[in-house]
Amino acid sequence: MAEALALELKGITKTFGGVVANKDVDLKVYKGEILSILGENGSGKTTLMNMVSGIYYPDSGEILVDGKSAVISSPKDAFAYKIGMIHQHFKLVDVFTATQNIVLGIKDGKFNIKAVEKKVQDITDKYGFNIDLNKKIYEMSVSEKQTVEIIKVLYRGADILILDEPTAVLTPQETRKLFDILRKMKKDGKSIIIITHKLHEVLEISDRVTILRKGEYVDTVDTKDATEQSLTEMMMGEKVDLNITREEPKNLVERLVVDNLTVIKHDGTVALDSIEFNAYGGEILGVAGISGCGQKELLESIAGLQTTTKKSSILYKPDDLGPQQLVGKTPKEIRKLGVALSFVPEDRLGMGLVGNMDIIDNMMLRSYKSGKGSFLNRKQPKSLANRIIKNLEVVTPSASTPVRQLSGGNVQKVLVGREISSEPKVLMVAYPVRGLDINSSYTIYNLLSEQKKKGTAIIFVGEDLDVLIELCDRIMVINSGKITGIVDGKTATKEEIGLLMTKSVERDDNNE
Amino acid sequence: MIATIIQRAIVQGIPLLFGSTGEIMTEKSGNLNLGIPGIMYVGGISGVIGAFLYENSLAAPEDANGFLAILIPLLCSILGSLIMGLIYCFLTVTLRANQNVTGLAMTTFGVGFGNFFGGSLIKLVDSDVPSITLTTTSNFFRATLPFAETTGWFGKIFLSYGFLAYAAIIIALGCSFFLNRTRGGLHLRAVGENPATADAAGISVVKTKYLATCIGSVIAGFGGLYYVMDYANGVWSNDGFGDRGWLAIALVIFAIWKPKTSIFGSILFGGLYIIYLFIPGLALRTQELFKALPYVVTIIVLIIVSIRSKKENQGPQSLGLSYFREER
Repeated sequence: MAEALALELKGITKTFGGVVANKDVDLKVYKGEILSILGENGSGKTTLMNMVSGIYYPDSGEILVDGKSAVISSPKDAFAYKIGMIHQHFKLVDVFTATQNIVLGIKDGKFNIKAVEKKVQDITDKYGFNIDLNKKIYEMSVSEKQTVEIIKVLYRGADILILDEPTAVLTPQETRKLFDILRKMKKDGKSIIIITHKLHEVLEISDRVTILRKGEYVDTVDTKDATEQSLTEMMMGEKVDLNITREEPKNLVERLVVDNLTVIKHDGTVALDSIEFNAYGGEILGVAGISGCGQKELLESIAGLQTTTKKSSILYKPDDLGPQQLVGKTPKEIRKLGVALSFVPEDRLGMGLVGNMDIIDNMMLRSYKSGKGSFLNRKQPKSLANRIIKNLEVVTPSASTPVRQLSGGNVQKVLVGREISSEPKVLMVAYPVRGLDINSSYTIYNLLSEQKKKGTAIIFVGEDLDVLIELCDRIMVINSGKITGIVDGKTATKEEIGLLMTKSVERDDNNE
Repeated sequence: MIATIIQRAIVQGIPLLFGSTGEIMTEKSGNLNLGIPGIMYVGGISGVIGAFLYENSLAAPEDANGFLAILIPLLCSILGSLIMGLIYCFLTVTLRANQNVTGLAMTTFGVGFGNFFGGSLIKLVDSDVPSITLTTTSNFFRATLPFAETTGWFGKIFLSYGFLAYAAIIIALGCSFFLNRTRGGLHLRAVGENPATADAAGISVVKTKYLATCIGSVIAGFGGLYYVMDYANGVWSNDGFGDRGWLAIALVIFAIWKPKTSIFGSILFGGLYIIYLFIPGLALRTQELFKALPYVVTIIVLIIVSIRSKKENQGPQSLGLSYFREER
C-alpha cells in the first residue's frame, strides 16, 4: 500500500443551526488508494466531503493536504489543492455541451474550445472514457453525465477525487465500467474517496473503509479484514438483521390485468409500448429498469394520472364488483376502488406531500373529502399522523412540524406510511427507500411484506437490484418502454436483470 | 412611405432594444428584473437633470460644447440607472429578497422618482405646458451624418439617426458575441442556468449577478435617455415614456433571450406600436387595440416556444430564484 498521505482531516466539526452534522471527525487518505466513507443517510458523509471540496466551511478542525495545513473556503480553493468532488446531484448546466461544462470556471489562458477539446480527448483516451463531447447534457444518460463530471474534475488536474454515491443511479454494467476506470486512476497514483452506503461495493472496490455514525467518526478498517456484517454493526452501532423474510406467496388473486398499455409523451416519443402483465394479490411484483425507462409512466397510467392510447386496457378485479376498466377513470375514482399509488419521486416533496404543511395536514390531503360539511376534521388525521410517527420512528419535534423541515428519510416514511394506512388492494410504490437508512429501509420492506401477507397486490419499483431480488416474488424488467423480461425473484441474478435492463435497444446500439 | 414606416419603426424600436438588451444580460445571470421600466425611466430623467443643469450653466445656447452636452447627460444617466441596478442587486442577491416583488417595487419607485424630479424641473422653469424642453443638448444627441439628407431612401432608413441608435445595435451585437463566444459569457450563462454548478466550478455567483445586473441596468437606462434626448427632441413630460419598459421585457421573451434576435424584434415591435398612425380612419379607441399588438405577438411566441419545448429556447433555468450556497 502507498505510504504518502494525500489528505488528512483533524477534529472537523460542523453544525447547521442547532443540528450537528459532523463532530470531531478524523480522516486519512493515502496516495494511490481508494477509501470508502461508509455511513447511513444523515451520518454526515456528504457534509464532511463538502467541507473538503469547499462547499461548506468547517466550524472547527484542520484540513491538511500533502501534510500542509490548507484553508479551503470555496470550490476554487479546493481545485487549487487538486481536490475535485463529483456530487450526487450532478453540477452540470443542462443546455451546455460536455466541453462547455468541462471548461466552466477555468480562467487561465486563452478561451479556445479547440485546444480544450484536445486536452479532454487525451484524458478520455488515457482512462478509457467513452463520450461524445459535443452532446448537450440534457440529451445524456445519467451514466454519461457522471462521466462528464469525472472528466471535469480530472481536467482541473485533481489528484484527490471524491465521489458521492456514484453508483446510486447506475446499472450493474455501468457500475463495473466505473470501477474499472477508478482502478486505473488509482494505479495512476490518484487518491479516490467514495461516499456510499452499499456494503458490497465497499468490499469490492476500496482498500480501506472509514465509518461514520450520526456525524461522528467510528473507525477505519482495512477492507480485507471487513465483512458485510462487521461493517453494518459499526455503521448502526448495533446488531442488525439484514434478511428480508420473503414468504411464499399464498392465495394468489388476480387483481390487475394490463394489456396493450401504450403511452405517448407530449413530444411524441413512446414512453410505454404495448405493456402486458398481470399483478396478483398476495405477491410483490418488482419493476426494474434504468431511470426514465417508463416505470413512472406505468405507475401513473394505473393510477389514472397519465393519458394512455385508446387501445390500452387496465382491468382491475376487486372482490365485490366485476372487472373494472381503469383506463378513462379519474385518479379519484381509481383510488376509491382501492388502488393506491405511493410514488416517491426524485424530488420527494414534488409529488405527494406539501412541504410547508405539517404531517397532520399532509395526512388530510388523502382524507379531506371524507369529512362532513365544509369544516375540517383534524382528529382522525392527527391520530393517524401520531401512529405513523410512532410505528415508523419518524424523527420530528411534533406532528405539527412542517414536512419541509424533516430530513429526507423521515419525509419518505410519512409518505409511505400514509399510503399503506389506507389499506389498498393494489399498492404501488416507487423508490420507497430512496434516501432511507438501513433500519428504516428494512422497516419499509417489512411493511410491504406484511401488506403482501394481507393479500395486497404490490407493485414495487426499485433501484437497488439486490433488494429487488430479495424482496420481490417476480421481477419485471422494462427498457425503453418495453418489457424485456419477467423473471422469478428467487432464481434471478443481478447480472441477468442488468442485461435485461439494457437489452434490445437497437436505437442506442447503432449510435455507438 | 415604406421608408418612412421603417424609419419610424426603428426610432420607436431603439428604446425597446436598449431595454431588452439590458434585461437579457440581467436575466442571463438568473435575475428577473421587473424593475426595468423604472430603471429606464430613471435613466431618462437622470439624463434630463444632467442636460438641464448643463444648459442652465451656459450664458447662451450658442456656447454649448457638443462633447460636454453629450457627456454630462450620459454620465448622469449611467449613474442613475447604475444606482437602481445596485439597489436591485443588494435586495435580491445580498438580502435574497423575492425578485418579482423587488422588481415591481423598483418600477414603482423609478416612475415616482422620475415624475418627482420631472415635475420639480417643470416648476423651476415656470413653464406654461407640463413639460420641459432641452433643445440645445437634444440637438447634439440627434446630430446625424451630414450627407444623410442627400441620399434619399437609403439615407432615411440607415443614416437618419442619432449616435445612440447605432450604439444600441452595436451594444446588442456586442452582448450577443459576449454571451456566445467568450469565457465571461459562458460563466454568466452558467450562473443563470445553474448557480450551484457555477459556484462549484469556482465562479463567483454574487459577483457575476451584480455585474450582469448593473451593466444590464445601465444599458436599459440608455433606452430612457434615447427616448427623451433623441426621440422626444429633448422634451420631458411626466409619464411620457408610456409602457415601453414593459414592451422591452416582452421583447426579451419574443427574442428568446438572444440579443441578435432582439434587434429585429425591436424594429418589429416599434413598427407594430405605431402602425395605427398609418391606418387611416382609426378612432382613438381602436388605436389602443393596435398598440397592444406587440404583446399579442409576444404571447404567440411564448406559445410556439412552449409547444416546441426546445431547451435552448427557454429562459435561464434558475431565472427568478435567489441562490444561497449553504441551503439544504
